[in-house]
Amino acid sequence: MGVGIEVNNLNAWYGTNHTLQDITLHIPANEATALIGPSGCGKSTFVRCLNRMHETNPIAKVTGEVKVGGQDIYSETSAVEVRRRIGMVFQRPNPFPTMSIYDNVASGLRLNGFRNRRVLDEVVERSLKNAALWDEVKDDLKKKSGASLSGGQQQRLCIARALAVDPEVLLMDEPASALDPVSTAKIEDLIFQLKVQYTIVIVTHNMQQAARVAERTGFFLNGKLIEFDSTHKIFTNPTDKRTEDYITGRFG
Amino acid sequence: MATQLNSSTLNRRWRWFTNHLATVLAVASTILVVAPLIAIFIDLVVKGTSSLNLNFFTKIPAPVGEQGGGMANAIVGSAVLLGLASLLGIPIGIAAGIYLSEYGRGSKLSNVVRFTADVLNGVPSIVMGVAVYALVVVPAKGYSAFAGGVALGIMMIPTVARTTEEMLLMVPHSIREAALGLGVPNWRSMISITLKTAMPGVITGCMLAFARVAGETAPLIFTAFGNQFWSTALNQPVAALPLQIYVYALSPYDEWHRLAWAGSLVLIVLIVVSVALVRFVTTRGVLKGAS
Repeated sequence: MGVGIEVNNLNAWYGTNHTLQDITLHIPANEATALIGPSGCGKSTFVRCLNRMHETNPIAKVTGEVKVGGQDIYSETSAVEVRRRIGMVFQRPNPFPTMSIYDNVASGLRLNGFRNRRVLDEVVERSLKNAALWDEVKDDLKKKSGASLSGGQQQRLCIARALAVDPEVLLMDEPASALDPVSTAKIEDLIFQLKVQYTIVIVTHNMQQAARVAERTGFFLNGKLIEFDSTHKIFTNPTDKRTEDYITGRFG
Repeated sequence: MATQLNSSTLNRRWRWFTNHLATVLAVASTILVVAPLIAIFIDLVVKGTSSLNLNFFTKIPAPVGEQGGGMANAIVGSAVLLGLASLLGIPIGIAAGIYLSEYGRGSKLSNVVRFTADVLNGVPSIVMGVAVYALVVVPAKGYSAFAGGVALGIMMIPTVARTTEEMLLMVPHSIREAALGLGVPNWRSMISITLKTAMPGVITGCMLAFARVAGETAPLIFTAFGNQFWSTALNQPVAALPLQIYVYALSPYDEWHRLAWAGSLVLIVLIVVSVALVRFVTTRGVLKGAS
């Protein structure tokens, strides 16, 4: 099951660049939450703070509190542990090029020392089914490289890989921005199904996409969270003038 | 209208001409590069095969004045020396390459290491022989296979380290992020993902280093010394193909000259075969569509 995320006074820097300023928001469990805003507004940095990927950059710094399912991920656990609980799908599909489809999906478990063949088989099948890729690849799971799939399939493979370690939260950083409309539609369908089991946070440039898949939407601008509310409210009756300007296409 | 047409045909002819000129130049350069290699190989085959027989691979060198004899001990000796060198040079080289690309990026120490590796790469091999003579042979009070392996191994380190570094840097950042994002510890992601993705290139680097030292004579003169008899003991002088070729080629005897040609041919073929074998074994598991 998914868990909720509580973010309090989160600040993040790249070098001297203050990319996130005093972000406070509560992301409810088992819902899709969309984050929108122009390029460079900090929304990607924000999701990278939620699974501590932000700190993999040596010049990055972060302060504040992020509680996932009540546990402070910065003080009460390790980065490795956090990333096992919070899966991430990146902007560009990034399957491991030397691994087969099967090995890609199994990689999260295997690299953490899990070896039971029968359980791995089950997990791989379930994850690929959950990522709506099973029917397309079941015949050459071990023969084909993950890199030989099409872009859309690769992205679903990456989703399956993230699901295989059984996370509670799934972070998606513009998961469809490198894909064609058909593949995008498949990913969006998938988000609907995945909400039942996982809490989803999706960064998107595409406002229609946010409106289609998310219950709640947050609008970021220049490192600040301008407005966070139900998607319906954000797109029909935003409180802040800047949100309205952005969603009506007056800038950004 | 007429002049316009004229200039466009002129243009087309000029383009045709430059295009074909470039092709001819490229082909000519290719031939120039490959020709010496092929010439050497043909020469070796012509002069070497006549003295190649079973004895060459099974007998040790015959005493001066006697007919026959072979280089069996030198072939085995070379294998021992190269095995030792690889055991020493490849792990240290790869570890140094990993440090340079993954951990020490931009640090002072990594710049020192990189600079040292480049200098080491340029050190003449005879100097390496003298250095190992002073560091290993003198304290051990004798020439040995071990000292030869050390000399060759040290010569492998810079090539292996620098190619490993370059190959690791070519692994896309997104792949490392994918591994970290799955909750894989840094060291594990380094070994199982980054290094594994870069492996074909790393192996090429190791093979380059291997092939380079396989033909080295100078560093062995002061270390492995050479041996006319069977010996695989690591603390004793050991024969090596390049050494044996060197000794035979400088000798006044025709018989030995022929054996030197045969030895050269065998050395080249053994290097090519071992490099091809490693390539074959390490790329067999590669999947369709993997880049």
